[in-house]
Amino acid sequence: MQAAAKATLSAATVSVANAVPVPESSAEIVTFRPPVRPALERAMEIARHVVSVVLPPLIVLSLTLFVWQLLCSEPGARLPPPTKVVADAWDFIADPFYDNGGIDKGAFWQISKSLGRVAIGFSLAAVVGIALGVLVGQSTWAMRGLDPIFQVLRTVPPLAWLPLSLAGFRHADPSALFVIFITSIWPIIINTSVGVRNIPQDYRNVAAVIRLSWWEVFYKITLPATVPYIFTGLRIGVGLSWLAIVAAEMLIGGVGIGFFIWDAWNSSRISDIIVALVYIGIVGFLLDKLIATVGHFVSHGVSAQ
Amino acid sequence: MTTQPYLKFDQIGMSFRRGQMATEVLRDVDLRIERGEFVSLIGHSGCGKSTLLNILGGLLKSTSGEVFLEGKVVDEPGPDRAIVFQNHSLLPWLTVYGNIAIAVDKVFGGTKSKAERHDWVMHNLELVQMAQAKDKRPHEVSGGMKQRVGIARALAMQPKVLLMDEPFGALDALTRAHLQDSVMEIHARLGNTVMMITHDVDEAVLLSDRVVMMTNGPAATIGEILPINLPRPRRRLELATDAEYARCRAAVLEFLYARHRVPARAAA
Repeated sequence: MQAAAKATLSAATVSVANAVPVPESSAEIVTFRPPVRPALERAMEIARHVVSVVLPPLIVLSLTLFVWQLLCSEPGARLPPPTKVVADAWDFIADPFYDNGGIDKGAFWQISKSLGRVAIGFSLAAVVGIALGVLVGQSTWAMRGLDPIFQVLRTVPPLAWLPLSLAGFRHADPSALFVIFITSIWPIIINTSVGVRNIPQDYRNVAAVIRLSWWEVFYKITLPATVPYIFTGLRIGVGLSWLAIVAAEMLIGGVGIGFFIWDAWNSSRISDIIVALVYIGIVGFLLDKLIATVGHFVSHGVSAQ
Repeated sequence: MTTQPYLKFDQIGMSFRRGQMATEVLRDVDLRIERGEFVSLIGHSGCGKSTLLNILGGLLKSTSGEVFLEGKVVDEPGPDRAIVFQNHSLLPWLTVYGNIAIAVDKVFGGTKSKAERHDWVMHNLELVQMAQAKDKRPHEVSGGMKQRVGIARALAMQPKVLLMDEPFGALDALTRAHLQDSVMEIHARLGNTVMMITHDVDEAVLLSDRVVMMTNGPAATIGEILPINLPRPRRRLELATDAEYARCRAAVLEFLYARHRVPARAAA
């Protein structure tokens, strides 16, 4: 043991002596390997994490259902308790794919129809909104001219546009699309224009020095630099359009989750309304997460600044 | 007719107008720079150094006078006057490689093939010792590395004059010394003409062939030009005890702090 230590010591002295004339001696690379933990331990850790995320909302949800059940259980209660909701609306919950013709369709078809409308109206709003936002952000005159108008129009509630668009389009479907479009376009325009205005002067200088053309500046500098702002606008916009479609469908009728609720109200199917509300909430939540996720991937790097 | 200087500032004057108020920043700036020269501009904050550099860069238009580069009037930004910005100005959504490629593709898109452009990007990355980090994004590398990439981007444009706007101002002292050595090395290899703005007296004396000292604004102009007759390559360790280095350094300090002290209002 001691001899070995001595040997290493002398070896070290020799190597140091050798190393003196060489200016660059590199240190030995020691790789640190974390010990492999037993699978059970890792599984426990993951389980603990899942529990810490899932448990709190579960507790709150069960408490809410419990209180609701208590409040609505007595005879003569105006709203059904959760158990009754599930029992009444069981057909609607159990089979989302039924189609009895007309507007008597399952939840899947109702929600798909509404989502289809949102997809079209929102896509139009995204394209037009980003284009207008870039224009307003880049041109002082466009901003002076258009911004006050945008600021006024964006406060108009979605449903206030519906009679006007019905008068203009004469048909229910394009009117619904228009309401989605006009509701979701404002946050897209406004956020995009703020993003364009906030592009650092440095980036513009770089573009000027390498002499990018107008078009190259647009898609190599303006768009990528504005992506995080655009997605903030899109996220707000998609939320608003989901709000708007449910309201608009109540008025225009036909298939769609909005009119489904109105129809249920007219035939006193309160339980169906409650189930539909839950579905609308979940779909809205997923839409928001979808846009946020896409935005996260697309703006990778920019938002990290 | 006298011989045409490589780069000439001819009676540059600059005022900024805001409503009724006009502020004169620069007045009668005359300067000639030869090819391959390394010139530093030094002066107190607000003396218009950056304004002068931006006029040369074409980002600002002087109110009077003209800048001539190889006899041609400078009136817009361009890759022949590539700029190394103080805060690196890399595009955060592009990789280190992409940040240089965007400039190389635009400047040499018509003259070099795709493979040649790739080689040229890599060559410039190697020049600043950043080739190993080519796929990293700017936020993943240190401040000194970002500035190396900024320098590589400017060099990759093969500028007639390399403009550096306080390139090392935002870096810590050790990183700064490393980068100064790199810049000296690159200047020795490529022989570029360089105009650099700095606040740092040591940096100016160490790197430059001439130090241009600016008077205080408003209406700042060139107060004095100090030639630095130190042999190259220069080594900072040897220079620390060099008499000529000490004399140059003292001359710049004397200009900045004895004769052109910052006015009291600015210091307050």
